[in-house]
Amino acid sequence: MTALILRIALLLLLALPARAQDAFIAALPGLAGGFSDIAASVDRLGALGDPRALPLLRALQEGKLQKTPDGRLLLPEGAGTADAVTGQPADVAGAEAVRLNNRVRQALRGALGRLQLVSPDPAQRGAAAEAIFRGRSAEDVPLLQAAIAREQIPAVRAKMELALAAAQLVAPDEAAKRDAIARLGAAGSVEARALLIEARTANPSLAAAIDVSIATIEKQLQIRRMAETLFQGLSLGSVLLLAALGLAVTFGVMGVINMAHGEFVMLGAYATFVVQELCRGTSWLVPWALPLAVPAAFLVTAAAGALLERGLIRHLYGRPLETLLMTFGVGMILQQAVRVAFGAQNREVLSPSWMQGTLTLPGGVAVTQNRLWIIFFGLAVLAMVFAAIRLTRFGLEMRAVVQNRRIAATMGIRTGRVDAMTFAFGSGLAGLAGVALSQIDNVSPNLGTGYIIDSFMVVVFGGVGSLAGTLVGALTLGVVNKMLEPWAGAVLAKVFVLVAIMLFIQRRPKGIFALKGRAAES
Amino acid sequence: MTLRFVLLGALLVLAVMPALNRLPADSALHVSDFLISITGKWITYAILALAIDLAWGYAGILSLGHGAFFTLGGYAIGMHLMRLIGTRGVYGHPTLPDFMVFLGYKELPWYWLGFDSFPYALFMAMAVPGLLALVVGYLAFRSRITGVYLSIITQAMTYALMLAFFRNDMGFGGNNGFTDFKELLGMSLNTANARAVLFYASLVLLVVAFFLCTRVAQSKLGRVLVAIRDAESRVRFLGYDVTQHKLFVFVLSAVLAGLAGALYVPQVGIINPGEFSPGNSIEAVIWVAVGGRGTLVGAVLGAFSVNALKTWLTTVAPDLWLFALGGLFVAVTLFLPRGLIGLFSKAKS
Repeated sequence: MTALILRIALLLLLALPARAQDAFIAALPGLAGGFSDIAASVDRLGALGDPRALPLLRALQEGKLQKTPDGRLLLPEGAGTADAVTGQPADVAGAEAVRLNNRVRQALRGALGRLQLVSPDPAQRGAAAEAIFRGRSAEDVPLLQAAIAREQIPAVRAKMELALAAAQLVAPDEAAKRDAIARLGAAGSVEARALLIEARTANPSLAAAIDVSIATIEKQLQIRRMAETLFQGLSLGSVLLLAALGLAVTFGVMGVINMAHGEFVMLGAYATFVVQELCRGTSWLVPWALPLAVPAAFLVTAAAGALLERGLIRHLYGRPLETLLMTFGVGMILQQAVRVAFGAQNREVLSPSWMQGTLTLPGGVAVTQNRLWIIFFGLAVLAMVFAAIRLTRFGLEMRAVVQNRRIAATMGIRTGRVDAMTFAFGSGLAGLAGVALSQIDNVSPNLGTGYIIDSFMVVVFGGVGSLAGTLVGALTLGVVNKMLEPWAGAVLAKVFVLVAIMLFIQRRPKGIFALKGRAAES
Repeated sequence: MTLRFVLLGALLVLAVMPALNRLPADSALHVSDFLISITGKWITYAILALAIDLAWGYAGILSLGHGAFFTLGGYAIGMHLMRLIGTRGVYGHPTLPDFMVFLGYKELPWYWLGFDSFPYALFMAMAVPGLLALVVGYLAFRSRITGVYLSIITQAMTYALMLAFFRNDMGFGGNNGFTDFKELLGMSLNTANARAVLFYASLVLLVVAFFLCTRVAQSKLGRVLVAIRDAESRVRFLGYDVTQHKLFVFVLSAVLAGLAGALYVPQVGIINPGEFSPGNSIEAVIWVAVGGRGTLVGAVLGAFSVNALKTWLTTVAPDLWLFALGGLFVAVTLFLPRGLIGLFSKAKS
């Protein structure tokens, strides 16, 4: 008994593909007939969803499908032709191309659009789903359901689901409509919202359900916007962090105000550009240009910093206002020198392929890869600075000189050398900021001027001489700036932030993380 | 003694320049229109330099925002000049300046009211910078923000103003600013007569400002200021109100800068947000440093000499000017801490 049932079931299973095949072949003869026969046949082939129909209809569309006088269809196959039914090579003698008219072309577009749902290429399947979404009709429902059941790739399936919901909304089935509305609500995309708003007027009886779904979507979109704002804020914050870390060392730790810091950032960006140009000749080096630029930019700007400190700044220790003016002049000279050497126009620094494109996080939050890398880079540099100051011999000597220069000198520390190295270190950090900025900003001679004031604000706001303050200050400024932008505009947001910092300094003149002391002047 | 003679001589030369402008063009003593207008511009720069020197040289307040006070004064008078264009603008609107018609304004914004009157505009050219200095100065000095911190704050202030004035919806003409002025106090701006009047007005203000600043510097107040510059805490412990002293000199200096700007704009015929750029303010500081800070005469001398150098170099070798200016910053701070006046007095002794 069981054996019999199994046998019947087996037979039925075997029969299924055979029947589908029959339907495919049964639809073919119409293609050899008149225009209306062809159109009807194309429609049937499109609705079947058989993968073999795809090359056939493509050939028809391109005018490469031929028919013989006895009604056989011939497909181009490699160099020769093959019979459409049997797949056997066939002779073209006496065959003529199947002609098209506008009705057939229209039917072909619809059928090909549907058939692409079974294409082996995920991009084509996705495009087909989008096409169906745009020209949705109730007939697409079974097709989409079948395609969704087969689909493996989540991104493509999401598109198909959206198209299915769209098709169900125009189908007569009321229960399916409600279901579709609920699923659209859960999808939480801008397209789904537009679809629901459109469906609302057509379906007054479902208005309540649609409103609920729209509200759900708006909530999701709002959360997503907030997450994206947060990301943008963190991104800006990480840029500020990179630009300010060098200042945290030279200004914060050493107390030397370096107005040429922005120009060191600019030098770092140009060093990146030069490394890229040097790598251009050797093809295997090209993807490594940016990683190679990191040490190169650090060394170049550190050398420039050491030169500046030994050559000029050390003569002005204890005279901060003069140092400010002098370094401003140095910045001016550097800017003009780069302008003369590289030209005033922007230089293009390419991102390596692994940094390009956007990444979609769960929840539909889209983040650009290069900004994500810069956030990690900023944190890595912060960790490096922390380690250098806290864990190395150089850091120890640096802190000793800062705390008490004369006692440090009596302990055998060569304070002059430590000064030069500290300043070189801070300047090198500016170079690293330049590498990062070359990825998101124009590399031009006045690249640094846009960041120098913000960087000083970060250091003053966070607390001079405190790395934690620099981190918190940079991220706070970045996030607050981006949060204000939607309703105040980019420029006014910046103005607000500057004013807010000036007011904040009223409450805490020494920044968030103030170093505590009892001296009247410090 | 000699210095005083040199100064008087220079003043005399300046005073006769507009008269020499009236001589026929082929005369050996003829002064060109270009020289008149550029010298008039330099005189306003010299007033700005005086204002900076008063704050920096005496009270030790290195403001990197004086360009903002200067520009605000310029904007105030620019608003008046815009109102005077009247129906002669491109759009011929009786009350609205061209850019407002272009941006679709229906009526004047409230803060533009009253600027059709010259005394009001002149008052605002002093009051707005003065008020800004009062607020910023009060907030800064009260929390004992000194030295480079104050410099950075004031630089941020002018930077923020620049960003704000670049916006079209501020109602100040966006990045084009104001230009195409026609007349002031009934005189057409593009005449030798108007140039001479503005030139003399600037010269008179320079002389008045110079004596005012000298008065302040030599008074007891001035001595307290110098004491604050050299040892702020000690002066505070002696019972002086440091905040008030600094605030007074800062506001006075800002008002002077605003007046200088008010005289600058009709002479150059344009004002735009680029004038707020932090670079301008710091360039003005270097005039004072080159001349010799804390001397007042030095500030005037520095403003004239650096700007003369700039005019000459930007025509002869434009690429070199920024190198020269940068080099000036370095050379003066390293080798000439007392500026040109320092050289002068060294040579005398």
